[in-house]
Amino acid sequence: MAFLEIDGLKKRFGNVEILKGINVELEKGGFLVLVGPSGCGKSTLLNTIAGLENITEGQIRVEGRAINDLHPSKRDIAMVFQSYALYPNMTVAGNIAFGMEMRGVPAAERQAAIDKVAKILQIGHLLQRKPSQLSGGQRQRVAMGRALVRDPKLFLFDEPLSNLDAKLRVDMRIEIKRLHATTGTTIVYVTHDQIEAMTLATKIAVMRDGEVQQFGTPAEIYNNPTNIFVADFMGSPAMNLIPAKIDANGSGLSVVLDREARQPIVLPMPGAPAGLSAFKDKQVIFGVRPEALTDPEGAERNGSEIATADCHIEVVEPAGSDTFAVTNLGGKGVVARLRADARIQPGTSTPLAFNLSKAVFFDPATEKRIL
Amino acid sequence: MSAITSPARQASSGMHARTINRVIIYGLLALFAIFYLMPLFVMLVTSFKTMDEIQNGNMLSLPHAPTFAPWVKAWSEVCSGLTCVGMKGYFWNSIKMVVPAVLISTLLGALNGYVLTKWRFRGHTLVFAMMLFACFIPFQSVLLPMATILGSLGRFGVTLQNATGFNFGLGNSTVNLVFVHVVYGLGFTTLFFRNYYEAFPTELIKAAQVDGASFFQIFRRIMLPNSLPIIVVTVIYQFTNIWNDFLFASAYAGSGDVMPMTVALNNVVNTSTGVVEYNVNMAAAMIAALPTLIVYVVAGRYFVRGLMAGAVKG
Repeated sequence: MAFLEIDGLKKRFGNVEILKGINVELEKGGFLVLVGPSGCGKSTLLNTIAGLENITEGQIRVEGRAINDLHPSKRDIAMVFQSYALYPNMTVAGNIAFGMEMRGVPAAERQAAIDKVAKILQIGHLLQRKPSQLSGGQRQRVAMGRALVRDPKLFLFDEPLSNLDAKLRVDMRIEIKRLHATTGTTIVYVTHDQIEAMTLATKIAVMRDGEVQQFGTPAEIYNNPTNIFVADFMGSPAMNLIPAKIDANGSGLSVVLDREARQPIVLPMPGAPAGLSAFKDKQVIFGVRPEALTDPEGAERNGSEIATADCHIEVVEPAGSDTFAVTNLGGKGVVARLRADARIQPGTSTPLAFNLSKAVFFDPATEKRIL
Repeated sequence: MSAITSPARQASSGMHARTINRVIIYGLLALFAIFYLMPLFVMLVTSFKTMDEIQNGNMLSLPHAPTFAPWVKAWSEVCSGLTCVGMKGYFWNSIKMVVPAVLISTLLGALNGYVLTKWRFRGHTLVFAMMLFACFIPFQSVLLPMATILGSLGRFGVTLQNATGFNFGLGNSTVNLVFVHVVYGLGFTTLFFRNYYEAFPTELIKAAQVDGASFFQIFRRIMLPNSLPIIVVTVIYQFTNIWNDFLFASAYAGSGDVMPMTVALNNVVNTSTGVVEYNVNMAAAMIAALPTLIVYVVAGRYFVRGLMAGAVKG
C-alpha cells in the first residue's frame, strides 16, 4: 500500500470534466511532480488533494485513510502557494505561527517551533519583518517555513518557483531538493517546467487535458515516453519527432528519412522494436533526442547501433557547454547536440551520428509509442 | 527672411506658450476654488461677528471684534421651534445615530463583499446585481414603504414590551434611523468592499484554510486587517451621507427631542423671533458641518488613495 493513493479521481464543473479519472500513487518520502502545460488540470488536482476543491468521483487516501471529505485543516497537509500567500498584516514569525495559533498551540511551543524552522531555513534575522519588506527569495523561504513548521504528512507545492528570476530559481530548486533529502518528507509538487520535474522528482505524472499521459520515474518518462505528447513535452531542447517511412530490406527493417532536394537518409534498424514490422511501408514518427544525434567523434564509441549520415546544417547555435545544429529531415527542423568544440559551419554538409538504440517510434494515427 | 525659424526661437516661443497655458489653468483653478470656498468663508466670519456688525458691515470683511457668543448661543440656547435648549441635544442625537449606522453598515458591507468574492455560491452575480440596484433607488420612493415597516417594527416593539418588559429599541426613533441608514447604505458598502476584495488574492484565503482558520477567523484575521483603505473610504462616505441626511431624518424623526442635527438646524433657521440672528444661524450650521469636515481632514488622504486602490489590479 502506497503512502498517497489517488484512485479514479474525477472532477467536473457543470458539464466540463476537468479531471478525467486520475490514478496516481506515491511511496512515503517520495517526491511526486505533476507536470503539464497550463490548463491540464495539475493545479486542480493539487487543490483536490489539499481539500480546497471538492472531487466528483474517486478517492484520495493517505496511509490507507480516505481524506477526500475532510476539511483542508484536518488533512495534515501543508501547502506552498505560487504567490507565497504570506499574510501581509503579520510578521514573518506571525505568518509561520498562524496555523499553530489556529489550532490552539501554546505560545511557548509556537516560539520553539518558529525558532527551529527559522534555523533550518536561515531566516532567523527576518522573523520580525513584514512580508512586504522581504525579497522574492526570502518570501519563498518564509512560505516554506510556514509549511515546514506544521510537520505534516504531506507537503504540497503549487508552482513555488515560477515567480523567481532564473538564477534564484535554480538555487531554490537545489534548496528544495536538499530539504527533501534531509527531512524525508513526502511531497507533491506542481510545475509546468519540465526541468524542475526531471531534477526534483522521484515520480513524475505528465498531464494533459485532465488525464495522466504517463506516470513513472524521471528516467522512464525521459527515455521511454509512451506517446508523442510526453516525448515532446519532456526534455529541452525537445525530442526531434521526424516523419519517416519504414522499409524492409531483406534481413531487417530500416528507417527512411526524406530530405528536400537530396537523397533520403536510410538508417538500418537491426534492433527495431517488434511492433515496428507491422508498419512496413507505412509512415511512422521517428523520435530521437538531440543528444542521440551528434557528431561522430562525440557519439558513444561502443554504442551498438550508431548510424552515420551526411546532413545539411542550416543553423548553428553555440550554447557554451554544447553546440546545437539544426538540419532539415522529413520536412522538419531537427536539432542535433554536438560537442562545444565541434567544427561545424552553417550551410555545409557534415556527418551526424544517430544513436539508434535511443530512438523511439510513434504511430502517427494514435500518437502512441510503437513497442 | 528664411522660412525656417531657428530652433532657439522655436524653443523660446514654446516656453512662452507653456507659461501662458499654466497661468490660465492655475488662474481658473484658483477662481473655482475661491468660488467654492466663499460660502464657507462667509459662514465662518459671520458666525464670529456681532449682529451690529452684520447689519452695518460688509459680508466679506473679517470680524472687527471676534466673539464666541453666537457659537455658545447656538450650542446651548438657540430655539428650535418652541424649545430653547440649543443644538447640543440634537448634535448628540446625530452622533448616536451616525456611529452605529456607519459601523454596522461598513461591517455588513465587508462581510457581503467577502462572501460575494471568496465564498461564491450559485447566483452570486444576481445577488450582487440586486444589491447594486439598491444604490439607484431614489430615497423618496422608499419613504412610505419604510414608514410602514418602521410602524410594524414599532408595534412589534410594543408587543415585546408587554411580553418581556423590554422593547429592544424597536420603535425608538434613533434605532429606526439607524435601521433605515444601514439598509440603505448596504448597497454602497457592499459595492465598495466587493470591488476591493475582487482584487484581493484568493490564495491568502486558501492558505488560511489550510492553516485551519474558520470562516470568521479568516474574515477577522486576514481580510479586515488588509482592508484599511476601503474601510476609510466606506466610513467617510457613509458618515457624510448619514450625517447630512435630511429626508429620512425629517420623515421618521422630524419633531420633538429625537430630531437629528439636520432637522434641528432647519427648524432653528425657520424659527423667527423678530430679528434673524444670522451669526447664530451660521454658527449652528458650522456646528452641523464640523464632524464631516473633521472626518475629511483626518481621513481625506486615505479617501483618494482608497478610490485609486482596486482601480488597477496589483
